[in-house]
Amino acid sequence: MSETVKTSLLFLFVGVLILLEGSTNFLFFSGSWNSALVILNMGLVSAIMAIGVNLQWGFAGLFNVGIMGFVALGGLAVVLVSTAPTPGAWSQGGVGIIMALAMGAMTLVAAVATMRMVPAGKLRIAVLLAVLILGFVIYRAIFDPAVAGVEAINPALEGNLGGLGLPVLLAWPAGGLLAAGVAWLIGKTALGLRSDYLAIATLGIAEIIISVLKNEDWLSRGVKNVVGLPRPLPYEVDLQNDAAFVAKAADYGLDPVLASTLYVKLGYSLLFTVVLLALLWMAQMALKSPWGRMMRAIRDNEVAAEAMGKDVTRRHLQIFILGSAICGIAGAMMTTLDSQLTPGTYNPLRFTFLIWVMVIVGGSGNNFGAVLGGLLIWFLWIKVEPMGILLIETVTAGMSDTNALKLHLLESASHMRLLTMGLILLLVLRFSPRGLIPER
Amino acid sequence: MDFLNALVALTNFVGVPAIAYGSQLALGALGVTLIYSVLRFSNFAHGDTMAFGTMITILVTWWFQSMGISFGPLPTALLALPIGIAGCMLLMLITDRTVYRFYRAQKAKPVIFVMVSLGVMFMMNGLVRFIIGPGDQRFSDGERFIISARDFKALTGLREGLAIKTTQGITVITAVVVVALLFWFLNKTRTGKSMRAYSDNEDLALLSGINPERVVMYTWLIVATLATIAGVLYGLDKSFKPFTYFQLLLPIFAAAIVGGLGSPVGAIAGGFIIAFSEVTITYAWKKVLTYVVPETMKPDGLVQLLSTDYKFAVSFAILVVVLLFKPTGLFKGKVV
Repeated sequence: MSETVKTSLLFLFVGVLILLEGSTNFLFFSGSWNSALVILNMGLVSAIMAIGVNLQWGFAGLFNVGIMGFVALGGLAVVLVSTAPTPGAWSQGGVGIIMALAMGAMTLVAAVATMRMVPAGKLRIAVLLAVLILGFVIYRAIFDPAVAGVEAINPALEGNLGGLGLPVLLAWPAGGLLAAGVAWLIGKTALGLRSDYLAIATLGIAEIIISVLKNEDWLSRGVKNVVGLPRPLPYEVDLQNDAAFVAKAADYGLDPVLASTLYVKLGYSLLFTVVLLALLWMAQMALKSPWGRMMRAIRDNEVAAEAMGKDVTRRHLQIFILGSAICGIAGAMMTTLDSQLTPGTYNPLRFTFLIWVMVIVGGSGNNFGAVLGGLLIWFLWIKVEPMGILLIETVTAGMSDTNALKLHLLESASHMRLLTMGLILLLVLRFSPRGLIPER
Repeated sequence: MDFLNALVALTNFVGVPAIAYGSQLALGALGVTLIYSVLRFSNFAHGDTMAFGTMITILVTWWFQSMGISFGPLPTALLALPIGIAGCMLLMLITDRTVYRFYRAQKAKPVIFVMVSLGVMFMMNGLVRFIIGPGDQRFSDGERFIISARDFKALTGLREGLAIKTTQGITVITAVVVVALLFWFLNKTRTGKSMRAYSDNEDLALLSGINPERVVMYTWLIVATLATIAGVLYGLDKSFKPFTYFQLLLPIFAAAIVGGLGSPVGAIAGGFIIAFSEVTITYAWKKVLTYVVPETMKPDGLVQLLSTDYKFAVSFAILVVVLLFKPTGLFKGKVV
């Protein structure tokens, strides 16, 4: 069986799974097209994240465990680009916040300059401490009242600066840019570290990004969440009130409520597919180009590549930024799909480690593998719960309905999700370490 | 007198909690460091290993309590601890036999081991949630305080109280005993020496007839012990929740790395550095300052450097700063 046929069959298999989810309620399938489209949409977003991770790990061997942070930054970009600016926020403190942040940045620059200019010794430490402490005090003195001013404005609904009020689709590239900018900052500091040290550092940086989003209410409303973000597609209610749409739905024999929900979800599927295909095409071109070959050469033997005159640090930084930008785009798409930014829900199990499972199961180093992994693992992530309940109902069929063990097992069935994901990852690593669609 | 009050307030709100938390982190970081130096990978499943050992201990504690067994003023969990350790040891040996041994035989790259430990992390996390559920569990009983704030005030006549919880006392004492035993084991016993030899130079150790499988087995047994003790102490002091234990991975790794991966002394130092900086940077200093500065200079705000939600951020900011200046940690850890 040739590689192409195998790849096509695997994709066909996932497609059939999603079609079955929509068309039949046999076994664990729900028989709802809405549910099938929900799975498909998040699967597409996950596939994009997997492409980003594959770029870093599969192409260049960079072990980035901070994906969650970049996804969350993409979400933040949606708020910053597409919500309306809060009236009065900029005059109440927005300017002060910007000044304070500039002051903070200047402090860091001054600290770095001190490191460079003052010779090592007690004097350097003293000057450095003085610069840092003084900078921090001034920064807080400007920052705190400005933040209080912004957060005081109608905190039940706003309390943040708001955004630029631009169309929400612009937030997707903006999310990529924001993630890329932060990735540049992180890469400049952390990429010198070796594999395990880099992994832990990125894991921690992602946590820092999330705690900033949770606490800086002026920026993201924190755990109060930003809801009702604008959408690129019409609202269901408007469609149901649109006589032409209702008539069209009736032509297909569909109830207007169902037709409108399907219409919106299909719209998202189309938008996401376009983005996914574009990114996949670019990643594929990159892989086949001399640049991609150089990346893989660096990944396989850093020392040899360096001897050939390749600037390993620079290339690593480059691909770290590109991969993170893709994760940022996916994060912005996800927030648009949800119509809300909820910083409290970003969790490394779901937004970092699960993406890793997708890349490894699909096949690291192969873009199609990453996409397949994204779609397949997301389907399983959703469907393992009903599968587990089904399994336990079958196993415990002989027990009475009041049996304590049976009740406990049924109640715990939903936690089989993590267990199964771990098992899948271990089995793939053991028996097919290069993934379902291996690198060619 | 006011200076004394300030000192007591500082001990009460910063000193005591940070020492207890630091001991818990140090025990966790010692486990991570041992795996790194002998098996040569960063074990992402460590937080969930702690959760597993603690879960067994909790279940046994509940069983003891239902039978009316108690440990007087001390928590019953201490009686259940050995069974918890044994359960955790069993799980570690099974995991090593079914999962890690295959990759050791293949001489897989460290990064593959890390991936594998991700899979183990998922499975253990799921297993713990499956058995005990994702919710919060409290299992401490016995006397609550060694000395309560009220007794302390009555005793000394100071305005500030000092409270030391029983669990905090137990944590520190247990940590000291465990660390002493560990260092004695590593430095004095034959097995401990062969572990260190294997960690320093694998090939040389193999040449001198050290059995690597035995070294690995002992490492897992010690790691299971350390992880369960650390987990139970943390659970007694605060509470047990699977997700919290998974998140403990972050400060524990930060501690191990700040000290230098592979260095036991570094792990202990790292644990206390992380704990003290988390507590001091997120503590509201107003109370202490009002005792020390003159009346006119009293601070208006809470004088909190960062809000409490930033505690993970603090440990990682320290981590990044240390790594920038000393890429292998304060005590010169090893690089795989």
